Amino acid sequence: MLEIVNLHASIDNKVILNGINLKINLGEVHAIMGPNGSGKSTLSNVIAGHDGYDIISGDILFDGDSVLDFPPEKRAHLGLFLSFQYPVEIPGITVSNFIRTALNEIRKAKGEESLGASPMLKLMREKMKVLEMDKGFLSRSLNEGFSGGEKKRNEIFQMAMLEPKMAILDETDSGLDIDALRVVANGVNALRSDRNAFIVITHYQRLLDYIIPDFVHVLFNGKIVKSGGKELAIELEKRGYDWIKKEQK
Amino acid sequence: MKDRLSAFYWLNETQFAQASSEQITSQRRSAIEKFEIEGFPSVRDEEWKYTSLKKLITPDYLFPSPFVPLDQEEQIDFNDIKQFLVNDIDCYQVVFINGRYSSWLSETTHTNYDICTLGSAWKKYPEVVESYFNKLTKDDGPLVQLNTGLAWEGLYINVPKNIIVDKPIQVLYISTGDTPVFNQTRSLIILSEGSSAEIIERHHSLTNHETWTNAVDELHVGSNAKIHWVKLQHDSSNASLTQHSKIHQEKDSTAIVHTISTGGKLIRNNLDFSLTGKGAEARMFGLSLGSDRQLVDHHTRVDHIAPNCSSHEAYKGIYDESSRGVFNGKIYVHIDAQKTQAYQQNNNLILSEKATIDTKPQLEIFADDVKCTHGCTIGQLDEDALFYLRARGIRNKEAKALLMLAFANDAIADIQHPSLRVKLSQLIGRKLGVDMSNAL
Repeated sequence: MLEIVNLHASIDNKVILNGINLKINLGEVHAIMGPNGSGKSTLSNVIAGHDGYDIISGDILFDGDSVLDFPPEKRAHLGLFLSFQYPVEIPGITVSNFIRTALNEIRKAKGEESLGASPMLKLMREKMKVLEMDKGFLSRSLNEGFSGGEKKRNEIFQMAMLEPKMAILDETDSGLDIDALRVVANGVNALRSDRNAFIVITHYQRLLDYIIPDFVHVLFNGKIVKSGGKELAIELEKRGYDWIKKEQK
Repeated sequence: MKDRLSAFYWLNETQFAQASSEQITSQRRSAIEKFEIEGFPSVRDEEWKYTSLKKLITPDYLFPSPFVPLDQEEQIDFNDIKQFLVNDIDCYQVVFINGRYSSWLSETTHTNYDICTLGSAWKKYPEVVESYFNKLTKDDGPLVQLNTGLAWEGLYINVPKNIIVDKPIQVLYISTGDTPVFNQTRSLIILSEGSSAEIIERHHSLTNHETWTNAVDELHVGSNAKIHWVKLQHDSSNASLTQHSKIHQEKDSTAIVHTISTGGKLIRNNLDFSLTGKGAEARMFGLSLGSDRQLVDHHTRVDHIAPNCSSHEAYKGIYDESSRGVFNGKIYVHIDAQKTQAYQQNNNLILSEKATIDTKPQLEIFADDVKCTHGCTIGQLDEDALFYLRARGIRNKEAKALLMLAFANDAIADIQHPSLRVKLSQLIGRKLGVDMSNAL
């Protein structure tokens, strides 16, 4: 469903992605691991359509069509979702208003009727229950004053509401304590089906104890240098990244 | 134009003199004399440094004659003005056409309080009017003097002790006709001890000709009384407004003023509060959305005269295209005003390279035990926030509008009426080119 073909990208003339190849099918969970600065967040931003990066060459295909020329909102309409590593605080927009607007924009783009206030609220309550979120959450300003855990939970809540086909979780585990990690992972697992797919970007193997990946890729210097099954993550946890760095030299 | 205006006064002085006492006539005369000496303010005047009236004073305006009632031919159908009113709340309604009262479009009262027009109050309540008229405006600049000389009509409200006005008062000033028109409107609002009232005010021009309304308001807010005043300045692109609002507050009174400026050619608001009794509270909020070549100028002034008073000021401006904004916020804490709490904030977004904002906080503090904070910011829309919204499927234009609305939010948060909020979000949405009817 998502195919990344020999993707090279740079920011401020500095090359960050150096030929990424990745193919993801429905029903799969791919973990992307790698040391700091290896290009993990750039990859997720580029897939989501951030215009701060220059695509030098290569392509991103979604259901067979290139999305490189699509703005971020159009990619979201196709079913792409990025759970942000650092969700932006926006005072003055409530969580509920934000999600309502987003969901109805996506529905509109698909030619569906927009969802009325009361079915919307009902749906929000259902999803919040899974994520063990408090009702008061909805009327708070988007991410403003949220703890790290609340921000990440809010991202997963949005994902649950928007039901994307392809979700990228960018370091969703950072800033989470072990209980929050379990709740967030349960939320993700509840959404897993053969009609969607996930990319889980993480530093540590810890999250992968809860969200069990089908494939693990190691990103280094803007390139996938190693791929394997879930056991690769365990090996990385034991041995660190140094041996991979050495292999590359 | 200065000479034409002064000639207009002297030609009509008999009409003015017939309507009120010798004392008022002499006040009018001295106001006009001051105006004759000073003339229109120019950019050499510090208070008008960024706002030139040069273009405003060139058209060949019609000056509506004083104390002449509206004639049949000037009638306007209710359907033509309906859109300028907040319709689904029960309201008193006072409508003026070219500065003259339209009885068939209005709903006034004299039952428990007076909600009517200054034009009729001169005759009905001469003593009340004369004891309040021009009490707060004596020392103000030439535009106020011009108004004191020529104005005779506008909103009149007098609420006795401990009475709450049961529904909002909508006042609508319409400009129309086939020539440029220059109106002087004047309101006098008297809230006695413990009373309260809410006003929704709007100016609108129906003509393609230039219109200029020079408005002056005097508000007397008695002890423990409360006024909430919402000014919707969403006029057409050839209509200009200069408005001086003077609010005198006594002990434990509250005055809340919202100024929402989204349309019009040149808007200059002078909003002055005098906190003269202990515990008085002034709250003022502004939201300015400028586009095209609009100019929105806010000059506010709070005089903290008595101790233990508070003032809270939050003005937001969003300027696009070649629009310009001016903010000047003066806070004077007088020597006896200990325990003053004053807060002032002016935040601006500049959306185009040609848009400008000149912002200037001005605090003068003569008491030593006070808490005053102020700040101003000028910035652009946050690109990260925009990406975040777009990545959730919200289109660029809607995402920008949502961010602007979020930025503007605390300037309108205190407006409670749901239907007024809907009206506001429609006005803002129309301005930003998106459907925002459910956004607030």
